[in-house]
Amino acid sequence: MSNPFTLNGGACLAMAGKDCVAIACDLRLGQQALTLSNNFPKIFNYGDVFLGLTGLATDVQTMHSLFRYKVNLYRLREEREIEPETMANLVSSSLYERRFGPYFVSPVVAGINQRTGKPFICGFDSIGCIDFAKDFIVSGTASDQLFGVAEGLWEPDLEPEDLFETVSQTLLNSLDRDALAGWGAHVYIITKDKVTKRLLRTRQD
Amino acid sequence: MDALVSKYGGSDLDDLNILEEDEDEVTSSLPQSVSFILPPIDSPAKFLRAMTDDHTNPSAPIKLKHGTTTLAFKYQGGVIVCTDSRATQGSWIASQTVKKVIEINPYLLGTMAGGAADCQYWLTYLGMECRLHQLRHKRLISVAAASKILANLVYSYKGMGLSMGTMLTGVGHGGVFGLYYVDSDGNRVEGNLFCVGSGQTFAYGVLDRGYKWDLTDEEALELGRRSILAATHRDAYSGGYLNLYHIQKDGWVHHGFDDTNPVFWKQKLEKGEFQNVSTSLD
Repeated sequence: MSNPFTLNGGACLAMAGKDCVAIACDLRLGQQALTLSNNFPKIFNYGDVFLGLTGLATDVQTMHSLFRYKVNLYRLREEREIEPETMANLVSSSLYERRFGPYFVSPVVAGINQRTGKPFICGFDSIGCIDFAKDFIVSGTASDQLFGVAEGLWEPDLEPEDLFETVSQTLLNSLDRDALAGWGAHVYIITKDKVTKRLLRTRQD
Repeated sequence: MDALVSKYGGSDLDDLNILEEDEDEVTSSLPQSVSFILPPIDSPAKFLRAMTDDHTNPSAPIKLKHGTTTLAFKYQGGVIVCTDSRATQGSWIASQTVKKVIEINPYLLGTMAGGAADCQYWLTYLGMECRLHQLRHKRLISVAAASKILANLVYSYKGMGLSMGTMLTGVGHGGVFGLYYVDSDGNRVEGNLFCVGSGQTFAYGVLDRGYKWDLTDEEALELGRRSILAATHRDAYSGGYLNLYHIQKDGWVHHGFDDTNPVFWKQKLEKGEFQNVSTSLD
């Protein structure tokens, strides 16, 4: 059987800047070589927190539903929005709950802590190990390429406009070297009180 | 050149009246220079199969170039040949600028699918054989004969791991257009229209829809280009540049090596095609 992590294809990237974070994903949904859809976003938001999910598409959708349910309950119980650090722990423990039959996903969390104003990004393996990073997090079939380009382009304390440029160029150039991801991209730039979402016009081959 | 003629020209050189050229007369034996060093083990073929990737063994250590869309079709005005230019190793895009049309000589083209090295080497070798034929017989080789040299050649290596799916096309003696599909299994098929590679089904879809014998040159070139564009869009392992050729009575003409990206967006935004691709949020 084929690898569930690469069956559908897809890529996701998060970067931290000065009082801002960015998260971006491609739009492809494939089945091996066949591109089924070019409108399959992999970033979801729960209140102020953003979650990127790459991997097996059925698990991406299942996990999205699961976290919408869990965050809604959290909001009712706590009477406030969830913070990114809390979300990270929720994702981690939800994944480890399936330690012996995991979801085939590589999640990425990005957001600004609304109480402290601190930018936060982190990534996970499929069974919940958290990778806290102060620079960037990558996931998906283009992760090798994303690591390489991000390592070269990222610098500390980028302003929102420059962070957008860095994230977009990193994603675009990585997608151009991956056959299983691409076909359009979404980029979110998140500051404490504003979120901008953009569609990137990318190569369609 | 006289030296070459006396070296390679046989007794039939004197008889310049042979006009009938039968593909069955092609009895090409390998020259001494074409021989390969084999590894000193029991079964080199089995060893090679274990080390190189194919559908039965995708995780092998040696990855050959795979993934392609190529097409060629005959019509009223000659032959159109069009290919993509992507080379992948697994999901890694190794190159976006591969020349998958091999110019054997000014009259013959071969397309490349499967192993890049196999196609390149054996089509170059075929070019040599075609030149020798020309010197021996003082006229161009027919496409039928050329394709049979290649088919017999790869058949003699059957089971040794050669991987090629090629379309051999061109114009032969007397201005006759030929188009043959030849692959490493030993198939050799004549036809008016072929698509080969991982994106072949997508190309066939567009090509069959628009194909008719009476196409004008402009229509035919556009149909070839459009078919490959469709394949690059849907097939993950096809992409890069569109390589277009037209074969006429007096040989082939190159019609560009164009990036798919601007071609795609022009097709979408100006002609309203590819509506599945969104240009704005929601």
